[in-house]
Amino acid sequence: MKDTDIKRLLYTHLLCIFSIILSICIPSFFLENFSILETHLTWLCICSVSVTAVNLVLYLIVKPNASSKRSSISYKVTRFLKCCIYFLMSCFFFHVIFVLYGAPLIELVLETFLFAVILSTFTTVPCLCLLGPNIKAWLRVFSRNGVTSIWENSLQITTISSFIGTWLGAFPIPLDWERPWQVWPISCTLGATFGYVAGLVISPLWIYWNRKQLTYKNN
Amino acid sequence: MRLGSGAFAACCVVIEVLGVALFLRGFFPAPVRSSSRAEQRAEPAAPEPSAGASSNWTKLPPPLFKKVVIMLIDGLRDDFVFGSKGVKFMPYTTYLVEKGASHSFVAEAKLPTVTMPRIKALMTGSLPGFIDVVRNLNSPELLEDNVITQAKAAGKRIIFYGDETWVKLFPKHFVEYDGTTSFFVSDYTEVDDNVTRHLDKVLKRGDWDVLILHYLGLDHIGHVSGPSSPLIGHKLREMDSILMKIHTSLLSEERETLVPNLLVLCGDHGMSETGGHGASSMEELNTALILISSAFERKPGDIRRPKHVQQTDLAATLAIGLGLPIPGNSVGSLLFPTVEGRPVREQLRFLHLNAVQLSKLLQENVPSYEKAGTRSGDGLFLNGSLPAHTAAVFPSQVLSLLLLSIPEALSNKAELEVPLWSPVFSLLFYLTLLVLSALHVIVCTSAESSCYFCGLSWLTAGGVMVLVSALLCAVVSALAKTFGDGKFLSKNSAHPKPRWSELDVLILLGTMGHVLSLGASSFIEEEHQTWYFLINTLCLALCHEIYRNCLLRDDSEPQQCPHVEEEFIRTAAALQDRSTGCDTLEPHGVSRSLTSLDTLRGYEKWMVLASPWVILTCCRLLRSLNQTGVQWAHRPDLGHWLTRGVIEARFVHVFVLGILFTGTKDLLKSQVIATDVTIKTVGLWEIYSGLVLLAALLFRPHNLPVLVFSLLIQTIMTKFIWKPLRHDAAEITIMHYWFGQAFFYFQGNSNNIATVDISAGFVGLDTYIEVPAVFLTAFATFAGPVLWASHLVSFLSSETSSGSALSHACFCYALICSFPVSAYIILVTSLRYHLFIWSVFSPKLLYEGMHILITAAICVFFTAMDQTNTKS
Repeated sequence: MKDTDIKRLLYTHLLCIFSIILSICIPSFFLENFSILETHLTWLCICSVSVTAVNLVLYLIVKPNASSKRSSISYKVTRFLKCCIYFLMSCFFFHVIFVLYGAPLIELVLETFLFAVILSTFTTVPCLCLLGPNIKAWLRVFSRNGVTSIWENSLQITTISSFIGTWLGAFPIPLDWERPWQVWPISCTLGATFGYVAGLVISPLWIYWNRKQLTYKNN
Repeated sequence: MRLGSGAFAACCVVIEVLGVALFLRGFFPAPVRSSSRAEQRAEPAAPEPSAGASSNWTKLPPPLFKKVVIMLIDGLRDDFVFGSKGVKFMPYTTYLVEKGASHSFVAEAKLPTVTMPRIKALMTGSLPGFIDVVRNLNSPELLEDNVITQAKAAGKRIIFYGDETWVKLFPKHFVEYDGTTSFFVSDYTEVDDNVTRHLDKVLKRGDWDVLILHYLGLDHIGHVSGPSSPLIGHKLREMDSILMKIHTSLLSEERETLVPNLLVLCGDHGMSETGGHGASSMEELNTALILISSAFERKPGDIRRPKHVQQTDLAATLAIGLGLPIPGNSVGSLLFPTVEGRPVREQLRFLHLNAVQLSKLLQENVPSYEKAGTRSGDGLFLNGSLPAHTAAVFPSQVLSLLLLSIPEALSNKAELEVPLWSPVFSLLFYLTLLVLSALHVIVCTSAESSCYFCGLSWLTAGGVMVLVSALLCAVVSALAKTFGDGKFLSKNSAHPKPRWSELDVLILLGTMGHVLSLGASSFIEEEHQTWYFLINTLCLALCHEIYRNCLLRDDSEPQQCPHVEEEFIRTAAALQDRSTGCDTLEPHGVSRSLTSLDTLRGYEKWMVLASPWVILTCCRLLRSLNQTGVQWAHRPDLGHWLTRGVIEARFVHVFVLGILFTGTKDLLKSQVIATDVTIKTVGLWEIYSGLVLLAALLFRPHNLPVLVFSLLIQTIMTKFIWKPLRHDAAEITIMHYWFGQAFFYFQGNSNNIATVDISAGFVGLDTYIEVPAVFLTAFATFAGPVLWASHLVSFLSSETSSGSALSHACFCYALICSFPVSAYIILVTSLRYHLFIWSVFSPKLLYEGMHILITAAICVFFTAMDQTNTKS
């Protein structure tokens, strides 16, 4: 049971990574002069859309927590709308945090916001898919000893590693190397992406290695 | 001997200050300079030796050239003119070099190959040393004797167009100037057009003696697309046409006046293969230097190959050419080909002038440079490398001592056994001492190398060596003890180690990361960013902790029971711990200390939830108040306006002194009577508010928000974060330290000497009085760390009842402050041949030295407070 779960987790994660790779490769066939660094904003949009789509599709197929008893259409619609609002709020929330961290307030607003969008895609969208619009559950998952399934555990790992990637991505900015990827927010978005991918790779492995120690209380 | 951990830490820091001072003394050697700068002008030029001379010149010889045009092209490396590119793109210049009346040289620039030091070198002929920066504190103007100043004093009219750096260096010297900024690197046409547009007018006018043109475009192209870019060719062609224009104009004028003019084409530094500059590759060091004048006649078939010379030689040559005294600190020698056309007697005279100037410079520097010699430009560290090795040992020894004693010092007793006498009598101590003295004797008696300690007296040197060996022994014994204990502990370690919270991990990683970042020059320039980043992260981590505590405890659902229980146990333990020591506190203090997040209701809870965001917003506002650093310094910040009354300032001085006096009196009283804790607390708060008031007086008016927000954040932190969340003394100390560092930069400080606000030293003073001025400046500069540290003392002594909190805090403070210093000293020692050693690393070293001094003072204060605590 557990091993099959871990296998499913691994496959879904590989699909997510694949979607990111596709978002880098595919557009260059359709768009002229497409490259991650030069048309960075386009790539951000494409990557965000593809990762969101893959997450949604996977959620609908895999259904990691098949416990939604009520399944009326209106409930689903309100839930979906709520999710959208949460997503937007998280984008604005991240934007505010970036400004607090020192991002320019007026210039480069679009860049900063798209950065917030991509970070929300890597963190909020999986949370919304797994946990739904439920802040309490989120807080529970992200506090110590709060996870209740391998899905939540992997969610915790990928989210935290995305944040750490973003955080580390800010370090090259003050260096005087004058590389194109040091421009705000490219290094941070790349950091977030690498962090997310690293989280996707690490979490199944970590869970596999620690499968003996991990005991989840099923509710 | 048993010693409180606070006192122990204070002793360690004091020793560390000694070590840092020793290191600094050896690190910054005295510069090569002529002391008689002031009287130089009054002094007559060197008289000619009278042997067999009929003429008795005591004046300077007349100028060789009527007009001088200096065309400086930024980044003009030698092969752009003399190589294949020059042949292809600069036909006129190539013609002049090969057949025309000119002398061409390859001038070797010295490190650092950056524009400003190079301009200084070209105009003064000296090698700018680090100590210059300290001497000309806060004034970018070039005060050293130089060609431009001499020319202005001689009544020459100088016109300048080009890089703004010149205008900053020589603010009042040009009769006409137009500075272009080198900030927009991607612009390589406008910068040069802005120079060239004046050219026609100026050349026609002819009412000037010296014209200086500084073209930046070539360097910009190099930065953007490298030296092999096709743009380089266009630019060189443009420069060639400009040179032709100037040259023809000068020639046509010469035909009327019959006095030769001089046209100098030179580069300030070269360009590396990647297009940058600043380092020491041959491409960056070798620049083209061409002197063109009709005085340099040449017979057909006279092939002159470009000779290798020093860049500093130009200053002496220009001075001779213009009939000016050679700048006093110039180490260059006259470019002899330029005077070859003159009569032999004049040639001798010029050489004699140069020789007299150089020998004077040598004489003045010989006493201090007995063994090191004055080879021109053999770098900064002629006698600096040895002390770097010896004195760097000090702080790292102290640090390791501190690190090794962590477990003992932070235990509940906050006391530790200091093995004071055993190391002194150990064999190791004597062995090290013997080896060190032997080394000292060997090095000092050998002829060619110079030991730093030879400069010190024997007594000091001996003291240093005793201290070094004693510290070594102490470290070794502490190490042995720790390992012994460790083995012992590991056998019976039944109790699990306390788990580290996220906050602790963050604090540890942040501190390590900051120390590591000191190895990169960019991170030193932008250190404020590091601190802002860290405190932001700290605030978010606190926010996470608060929200988790608040929201999850509100409705503890069944599945979170273990977590909550654990929290409860912890809280209960903390409460028990606290209640044991609570009896000394007054009643309302007890009730306040019992409040926790559980009991907070209503608006207080909301305040707790909102406080991290308020702090974050404050920090964001403060960050944009003063843009410091290098890369983003151009962003707009609030203007500096300075209006201060002397009388009002004196009033405030009196008040501050009064408050400090009453505070000290209360403290002394509490120490003498040793019964009442409250008096001491009141005294501490009084001292703290006195310091705040003093800071308010000294800050620039636009910096007062920094102070206000500092107080606000302290209040919020105290009320809503530290008290409810019950962080321990070590965590609180480190948070105070981080915020103190961030506020150091919020004030507008940076790791550059130029941002020190000297004017603070003159508040309330009519004239410069050294002691108060130094004190006030130091306080105004380090107001952030000092205020936060004194807040820490007051907070801890008034809030916590356990006696060990203060000494824990003192120990932590000493540790966390000495960590960067000792790491940085090792880094600087290993990076002493780094390109930016004296532009970036050395100022930071001075700041660190000052910081450790202030830390020592704070730790001593802590210890004093702690002593009174233990007494009472």
